[in-house]
Amino acid sequence: MAETIDTPAPKALPFAHTDLLDTAELTAKEIRFLLDQAESFHEINERQVKKVPTLRGATIMDCFFEPSTRTRSSFELAGKRLSADVINFSAAASSLKKGESLRDTARTLAAMGTDLIVVRHPASGAAAYLAHELEVPVINAGDGCHAHPTQALLDLFTLRRALGRLSGLKVAIVGDITHSRVARSNLLAMRTLGVETRVCAPPTLLPAAVERYGCRVFYRMADAIEGVDAIMMLRIQRERQGGGAFPSLREYAHNYCLTRSHLALAAPGCVVLHPGPINRGVELAHDLADGPESRILDQVTAGVAVRMAVLYLFWQQHGSRQ
Amino acid sequence: MPDLVLKNGRVIDPAHAIDATTDIAIRHGRIAALGDGLDGAESIDCTGLVVCPGLIDLHVHLRDPGQEWKEDLLSGGRAAAAGGFTTVCCMPNTLPTNDTGAITRDMVERAADGPVRILPVGAITRGLAGEALAEIGEMVTAGAVAISDDGCGVQDSHLMRRAMEYAKPFEIPVVIHPQDDHLFGHGVMNEGWRATELGLAGIPSAAEDVQIDRDIRLSALTGTPLHVAHLSTTGGVELVRRAQGAGLLVSAEVTPHHLLLTDTDMPAYDPDWKMSPPLRSAADREAVVAALADGTIQAIATDHAPHAPEEKERPFDDAPFGVIGLETCLGVVLALVREGRISLADLIHRLTAGPARLFGLDGGHLGVGARADLCCFDPEARWRVEPERFYSKSRNCPWAGRELTGRPLHTITGGRVVCRDGAVTDAR
Repeated sequence: MAETIDTPAPKALPFAHTDLLDTAELTAKEIRFLLDQAESFHEINERQVKKVPTLRGATIMDCFFEPSTRTRSSFELAGKRLSADVINFSAAASSLKKGESLRDTARTLAAMGTDLIVVRHPASGAAAYLAHELEVPVINAGDGCHAHPTQALLDLFTLRRALGRLSGLKVAIVGDITHSRVARSNLLAMRTLGVETRVCAPPTLLPAAVERYGCRVFYRMADAIEGVDAIMMLRIQRERQGGGAFPSLREYAHNYCLTRSHLALAAPGCVVLHPGPINRGVELAHDLADGPESRILDQVTAGVAVRMAVLYLFWQQHGSRQ
Repeated sequence: MPDLVLKNGRVIDPAHAIDATTDIAIRHGRIAALGDGLDGAESIDCTGLVVCPGLIDLHVHLRDPGQEWKEDLLSGGRAAAAGGFTTVCCMPNTLPTNDTGAITRDMVERAADGPVRILPVGAITRGLAGEALAEIGEMVTAGAVAISDDGCGVQDSHLMRRAMEYAKPFEIPVVIHPQDDHLFGHGVMNEGWRATELGLAGIPSAAEDVQIDRDIRLSALTGTPLHVAHLSTTGGVELVRRAQGAGLLVSAEVTPHHLLLTDTDMPAYDPDWKMSPPLRSAADREAVVAALADGTIQAIATDHAPHAPEEKERPFDDAPFGVIGLETCLGVVLALVREGRISLADLIHRLTAGPARLFGLDGGHLGVGARADLCCFDPEARWRVEPERFYSKSRNCPWAGRELTGRPLHTITGGRVVCRDGAVTDAR
């Protein structure tokens, strides 16, 4: 492929991963390299013409087996800005509803001859399964409650831009940890990078042995937030109240909604993150969502750059093996 | 003259405290004599082999009638014979459910010519729905040796009390699959760090323990013997041990996989490691091994649960529970003897006389006049588990690819050699 002046300087990946399934498999050096690459793409996204020919001729299949607006649009945008042909394979229109097995879906996708597969699936382990079955790189865009590595990478990218560093930061993650692939992938990456992590939720929303992620565990917001450099709020899924995890959204918000008064307990310059979409007034006070501490829209912007870097690097990695 | 003599094997008969290298003579389907220098019309040289009573499995799923693509009475019987078993008790979660005398009788009749003795376990409740009693008396008359709603726990405590009361005159044990459905929830593996790390919903030990506790109390209330299937938790072991100490008629079995494997051993998202109850923690494994050794658990049962590859090849959440175990059981559990956790004689007891006594079955020992059900195995043979070579129709086996030490070679059911040198004689 012809390189142009618009393309970030190609670098050999400093690792041999063929797929991106979780942050657990990445070293600190590899994460920093990915974030550095994303900086180059971030710069492209600030230009008037936001398209580079880096992946011209490559085909990316975005396979979403559960509903997604943000992640899907972000991946689609990332692929298109790299000049790849992006095809969407969606659950509603797919054969999965007709009882086709994931194995047959995988074989069908492989036979179509795409160069990269991005997959979102409601079952934990589905991305790993596809990666095992397919030759082409598989990028996990969220599998069940298990992992969401590109979200963690964009969170880290946002934090590093906002606070200038990652190692030594104190970060609190608040909300439904049990069902959060975002929390899991962040906790793993942050442990690798030397970020001090805390989780905070009612005990009904904390998974068994959560402290094995190397985090401190809190039940009260005020304790969790004291002295932190960043607070990551998680979306509370309304259906969880029916499952008995908490009595009502009202009581949840009373105890776990981040408000401006909480921020006084945090370190000066503390920033607020949220993977979206936000339930205003449930996990995040209305004014905070739009306040100067919020980096929520920066996260969205970062998402495109980080995914461009991921698509580019894994495509290049795969291409270099052929 | 005897029909068959097994020559020069190491005869281990725990029921009679025999462990000696000698011959066994069989005549008219019965044990005729034990002693040196016996001769018969046919003889099999068992030098270097252990000769013990045929193994008895209180807990298998043979999927027949209704799901014959997974297994049937013949393929399941062959798998049993290849594994050294001469008696298996098949659970009632067939289609239709074995909840009437007619279905029990049909199974008994169709299994009669097979390589091993197949004894049905009838349902506790109609259709395993947990709502109304099945025709327990009819099933017992037709040959059911126990009743169970295996696969699910009976949620209604009052109905369970009624079932235990009603079963009493039939003198059969009530076998429980202890599971509180609310605590079990949508869990797919043991609750703990491994489940958290994999993002899978956990099943707490308490889901098992609360029903064991309840049913021990109901056994005390009704006087009906209770048998706990596939005991897997530390808490369950303590409850059973305490009940036995109090003189209650409470027994338990454990599977080979719960004796040897833990949740952290599971390769990520491998559906061939998904079963209910799930593999538990190392501490739980320790507890069931100790309970097997001290006799709190009197039986090893495989919970052989066949599923077709296309049923198992799904995301872990969607794959059905269950693993097969008839053809690997002996090779797997012999590891406990090599680890010094249990003597060979006690291990054989838990596979023969132990289970026979719990379900009141004839067999499980080598006394003169007993059924000539025998298993001859090479305790030193090393072999690799290759599921594609199983007699079972299914392949869902967590031991695939592993090397095991100890392999059944000859199986004799009622004096008939049904498996010779590891090959089932009526098959292929």
